[in-house]
Amino acid sequence: MTNKNKSTLKKVFIIIICILLSILSLFPFVVMLVNSTRSTTQIQQHAVSIIPSSFFFNNLKILVGKSFNPAVGFGNSLTISICATALTVYFSTMTAYGLVIYDWKLRDAFFSMIMMIMMIPGQIVMIGFYQMVYKLHMTNHLLMLILPAIAAPTTVFFMRQYMKPALSPEIVQAARIDGAGEFYTFNRIVLPIMKPAVATQAIFSFVTSWNNLFTPLVLLTDQKKYTLPIMVSLLKGDIYKTEYGCVYLGLSLTALPLIVVYLVLSKYIIAGVALGGVKG
Amino acid sequence: MSKKKRSTGYAKWGYIFCLPFFITFLIFSLYPTLYTMLVGFTDLHGIGKTAIHILKDDPFANYKATLTSPTFQKALGNTLKIWICNFIPQLGLALLLTAWFTDRRFKVEGEGIFKVLFYMPNIITAATVAILFNALFGYPMGPVNDILTRFHIFSEPYNFLVKKTVAQNIVIFIQTWMWYGYTMIILVSGVLGINPEIFEAAEVDGANAWQTFWLVTIPNIKTILLFTLVTSLIGGLNMFDIPWLFLYGGPDNSTLTTSVFIYKQAFSGGYLYNKASAASMIMFVIIVIISLYLFFMMRDKDEAALKKIRKQQEKEMRRKMKEARS
Repeated sequence: MTNKNKSTLKKVFIIIICILLSILSLFPFVVMLVNSTRSTTQIQQHAVSIIPSSFFFNNLKILVGKSFNPAVGFGNSLTISICATALTVYFSTMTAYGLVIYDWKLRDAFFSMIMMIMMIPGQIVMIGFYQMVYKLHMTNHLLMLILPAIAAPTTVFFMRQYMKPALSPEIVQAARIDGAGEFYTFNRIVLPIMKPAVATQAIFSFVTSWNNLFTPLVLLTDQKKYTLPIMVSLLKGDIYKTEYGCVYLGLSLTALPLIVVYLVLSKYIIAGVALGGVKG
Repeated sequence: MSKKKRSTGYAKWGYIFCLPFFITFLIFSLYPTLYTMLVGFTDLHGIGKTAIHILKDDPFANYKATLTSPTFQKALGNTLKIWICNFIPQLGLALLLTAWFTDRRFKVEGEGIFKVLFYMPNIITAATVAILFNALFGYPMGPVNDILTRFHIFSEPYNFLVKKTVAQNIVIFIQTWMWYGYTMIILVSGVLGINPEIFEAAEVDGANAWQTFWLVTIPNIKTILLFTLVTSLIGGLNMFDIPWLFLYGGPDNSTLTTSVFIYKQAFSGGYLYNKASAASMIMFVIIVIISLYLFFMMRDKDEAALKKIRKQQEKEMRRKMKEARS
């Protein structure tokens, strides 16, 4: 009896801690969303409220009036993220295929190289990258933010780990006997088999690309090319210093799509994170 | 053997399929790395400048200047301090939650929802998070001050963002808050990957939950813990978005990390590309050393062993053939 009581007590304790942590996770975003509908005066009187107000459109008018155009940032971020994600998953699967199916002399050396560069973050050599792009007069081209996505070592590593047990060489062999070319086999037979891995990696490379601040911050100077994270960074500027409602609204506009997508796909995202850890 | 023979004619396709990756890597990773290294030895500074001249008197001047610069040392110290102070509570909290969520004696109701909520801060744009926290800790009427004064914890609003230690601690808190959910999910999946028979054996032997966790669970997720440690360290050494957008490295450089230092040197004010390159390369070397360590720990051990055996067999065969010939 006492043992049972003890374990119930422990369970209650665990759930209380978990609820507190959940509140901690949600609190900043709730404040942000609610305050985006409140006027600056209301926020100055009481910055925390759980009751939304009616100043959403008012805030929006001020926000857009000050050269903050979330639609442009949204469009640019979407373009970059979609293209970069497509390139990453396609070429990473392709590289993994080259590593798994074919036996070539430098294969092991190449894979070792991928593993070694996997951990090195691109931003550490940003100056060399910037100088190169500057000399090509390409600083304000979104292409410079998209093309590097072709070489994504982490994704290649993941795809290879997934492909090894999932794709038997016999399938490829059978396709060859049927007269299929190597690229045809890859596009029509291998890619469909890799679909679950592609979906997981697509989510992560999309989020990474969407949230990237450093590279666009260094490369983009043209306001029309700004991405969403750069738009967000403008909210800290002097022009919004006293427009609290506006700042919260700007933040909400950038965070809300992510929150919604996350809640919809959370099952897959959490499973994907877990998979990444086990593979590592 | 037969596999090798079968695919000889196809070997060139291996190169073809890996070529796009390799070319992109050369252009967008290797070249910038070498160029950054080179710029570190030059006098390249000033906006829009690209011409490079190697320093004649002392090619290592930029490296020396950076290493002895008090600001760089401060940035490096801050980076390490912020990382360590966020990693310890992050790992502690993640381990605690892992122990609870994987306890075989009871199930935590709503575990799925909790996981989703704990991981959520990680998926939101760091730039948004940084500015949001800047607003939350606003003075005099930010939400945090509003709560503290409304519940009479503080008698008057407190200006968090001008105090050096407080600002640094908020950055540490944000990092912990953003990452403990991620670490927890990785650890939980690691624990779920352990063979259940091991736990059953521990139960039969009469181990309690505490003993099981420390003596069975932890040793079995050692590799994953190491992976978490190293990836977190490398991420921590590159921390930029949060400290930059939270307070631009201030007040008085208390949240200045090395990445913020490099960014400030290269892309604002003096445009000191050479000094920033030297700082980048110093960080690069540190990260390469850590990565190499992880690389040797994570290598496909079975595969390496197999390869060794195969090589030995080949050697043996050659030796035998030689003997037979002579």
